[in-house]
Amino acid sequence: MTSGSMGSSPRRPDGWAKVTGTFAFSSDLSMPGMLWGATVRSPHPRARIVGIDVSGALALEGVRAALTHLDVPGAPCYGLELRDQPVLAATEVRYEGEPVAVVAADDPDLARRAAEAVLVTYAPLTPIVDAEAAARGEGEAVHAGRPNLLRHVPVRRGDPNVEAPVVVTGEYEVGMQDQAFLGPESGVAYPADDGGVDLHVATQWLHVDRDQIASCLGLEPERVRLTLAGVGGAFGGREDISMQIHACLLALRTGRPVKMVYRREESFRGHVHRHPARLWYEHGATRDGRLVYVRARIVLDGGAYASSSMAVAANAATLGVGPYRVPNVRMDSYVVYTNNPPCGAMRGFGAVQACFGYESQMDRLAHACGLDPVELRRRNAMTTGDLMPTGQVVEGPAPVAELLRMVAERPAAPRTTAFGASGGHTTRGEGVVRGVGYGVGIKNVCFSEGFDDFSTARVRLELRDGRPVVTVHTAAAEVGQGLVTVQGQIARSELGVPDVVVAPADTAVGSAGSSSASRQTYVTGGAVQAACQAVRRQVEATTGEPYDPTALPRLLARTGAVEETVRWHHRPTKGLDPQTGQGDAHVQFAFAAHRATVEVDVELGTVRVVEIVTAQDVGRAVHPQAILGQIHGGTVQGLGLALMEEIQVTDGGIRNPSFTDYLIPTIMDVPQMRVELLELADPHSPYGLRGVGEPPAISSAPAVVAAVRAATGVELSRVPIRPHDVVWGAGR
Amino acid sequence: MRVTATVNGRVHSAEGVRPTESLLDLLREHLHLPGAKNACEQGECGSCTVYLDGETVCACLVAAGQAEGREVVTVEGIGGGRSSSLQEAFLTCGAVQCGFCTPGLLVSAHALLARCPQPDDRQIREALSGNLCRCTGYEKIIEAVRMVAEGGSR
Repeated sequence: MTSGSMGSSPRRPDGWAKVTGTFAFSSDLSMPGMLWGATVRSPHPRARIVGIDVSGALALEGVRAALTHLDVPGAPCYGLELRDQPVLAATEVRYEGEPVAVVAADDPDLARRAAEAVLVTYAPLTPIVDAEAAARGEGEAVHAGRPNLLRHVPVRRGDPNVEAPVVVTGEYEVGMQDQAFLGPESGVAYPADDGGVDLHVATQWLHVDRDQIASCLGLEPERVRLTLAGVGGAFGGREDISMQIHACLLALRTGRPVKMVYRREESFRGHVHRHPARLWYEHGATRDGRLVYVRARIVLDGGAYASSSMAVAANAATLGVGPYRVPNVRMDSYVVYTNNPPCGAMRGFGAVQACFGYESQMDRLAHACGLDPVELRRRNAMTTGDLMPTGQVVEGPAPVAELLRMVAERPAAPRTTAFGASGGHTTRGEGVVRGVGYGVGIKNVCFSEGFDDFSTARVRLELRDGRPVVTVHTAAAEVGQGLVTVQGQIARSELGVPDVVVAPADTAVGSAGSSSASRQTYVTGGAVQAACQAVRRQVEATTGEPYDPTALPRLLARTGAVEETVRWHHRPTKGLDPQTGQGDAHVQFAFAAHRATVEVDVELGTVRVVEIVTAQDVGRAVHPQAILGQIHGGTVQGLGLALMEEIQVTDGGIRNPSFTDYLIPTIMDVPQMRVELLELADPHSPYGLRGVGEPPAISSAPAVVAAVRAATGVELSRVPIRPHDVVWGAGR
Repeated sequence: MRVTATVNGRVHSAEGVRPTESLLDLLREHLHLPGAKNACEQGECGSCTVYLDGETVCACLVAAGQAEGREVVTVEGIGGGRSSSLQEAFLTCGAVQCGFCTPGLLVSAHALLARCPQPDDRQIREALSGNLCRCTGYEKIIEAVRMVAEGGSR
């Protein structure tokens, strides 16, 4: 086997640059003659724009441009699903922080001063902030002429009126989580000789950025060229446009390179968040704990613009009863416009909110039936051949019971109290109680509902100094997950050539689709595999000899360089019936289970997670170490949602746009993590692999909350848990 | 203004430094050393951790002028000897994903190992508690520092 091929864990090709400080992130870029851009943002969540006066900014020496909606030459709006978001607001602002104007100046301080010198006169309006009222069709329209209900996804299965001897109900709430990637939104745009523009930017999907930029600039897509700059984390927060169009507008207007870098506060306002949700569930079961029905209503607050809200609502609906066999389902998932901060993609994408609801319910049901929570889940766990509530047959491995068994059978977490060990606490542990909780989740992998989801790979095999070298070129965004490493592993495995170069991702090759939905190793991996196989076939056809890696110096001397470009699709999906929600909407399902052990100080309301065990089926572990990295990182993002992470919004305004006030887990907050992998091959996917990135971020929050409930006996119905929820609950 | 400082063993002078600029701006924008990172610019995330006269600081919280005549060491300057082992260990263990937090973590871990060559896990966690990482869940970072502490890396 060629060293560094699939199943091993070779080092990242970009690793040495990253540990020596030479890797160029999007915020590190610099060009001669470069200007700095800054954005004028609305201080109001909802207001009519009475006037915009940029003269004060232009009067400052060194300010080179100040642009408003009047300077947008093409389409005024962009968007992933609906083009409803203005490049620059024209007549109305719909969320706090909405861009109204942009400026370019000689240095970043001056650019910020110029932004402050733009005079925008607003007539503030009362913001529409009640998502439930919006879902009921009440209140004023956020977008004149459009209903506030963006999408309603019903799912109907079985008998709507069936009854059950055991019924548990619950109402749950999920706060607004932020991706909190560390690398701020940033990039450099520069004008090209053909009247077009080049942009180096940190994003998740180069081509969908390009198409939106080109549309708003009024340029053909070919004249907008994007190159992926170093991406400092993404987690869904870079699926939408941030500074891309603004920087290109400024570069084309000034004829000079323009760099834009958000500050952290601006970043919190400048990207979408995870949808906050309210969820109502009713579970009916037999006395021995077998589910008879689930009825649920989920309301997701999409905020001011659509982003990917419609797909998020479909995920919440179709995955909303969890990885369980449920014969009768009545599910209604709603996503609405409000004047709250726009929400869109974040790791887990609709499945996270639903999982907190259905897993909380499963614990309630276990209690009502007098069953152990693992046993209750095991009795209802779906397996291969079962039906989703959408009628879709679960075709691949669905080892839900097995994953639960794996986490449950691990030895209990060691008894040393985390509170005592860490020191610095105000108690000596006299009010500290321990609990254990479980969570299991389901996630769709790849884009769903009939989306034309594909990736493109160009693979070139040639001799350099007499040695065979492979170059892999895709537009797939490396966001930290290690896709560059995986592309090299696949090429080495398929072609038997150790020297593989992964070319920088750009739009000179066809679209790779998005680095989201846990899909890139599946889809771009599939494209690289297919392109390598095409290269092999071409070598064989040209030489009339079987492909033999050891004979490549001789074979390639005859063929010259061999290059193939392949566009690869996963198997097609179908839309959901708009009345019944029936349809084979998803490509692949992925599963993970967590067991969390916590210690709670019931006097202070503080929670420390002692240990988390995760079991996940990955189909085929292409890079085992990177998979562990995804599972650790995803698990901790779920821990953050359970215990600390929330964008706090009052009257449409974000109250905590900083890492001082928006807390993400530090190294002191994370427990020991144990990971168990299953590799049950999926018959439909390349190499049998299964998407890995999202499942661990879905069920860890419910597991942590369940552990806190087990420790304290407090009914916790919202995440993140706040200290007073525990203290007041325990005092009752 | 003009600022002169020794950075990674070499004397650098920067002209036209604005009074509002930080040591982080001085390094990144004037001296073209972008290794120290600009994640929060509020001293919360540790991505810009550098040495200033041998003490680790958040470069974003130090005014550029405060570096005048002083010695600064960044991630670009910590290579060689045991710190190369640290960099190797981060890669061997898979402690690097997006890598934005990595330069700050390397400087913090370097400082820990300098004052405490064989830290236990609690000491590792305390020493790195000012450095946020959003990708890794920290598990592999702890493993990498532990590897160097135990002399397990080249």
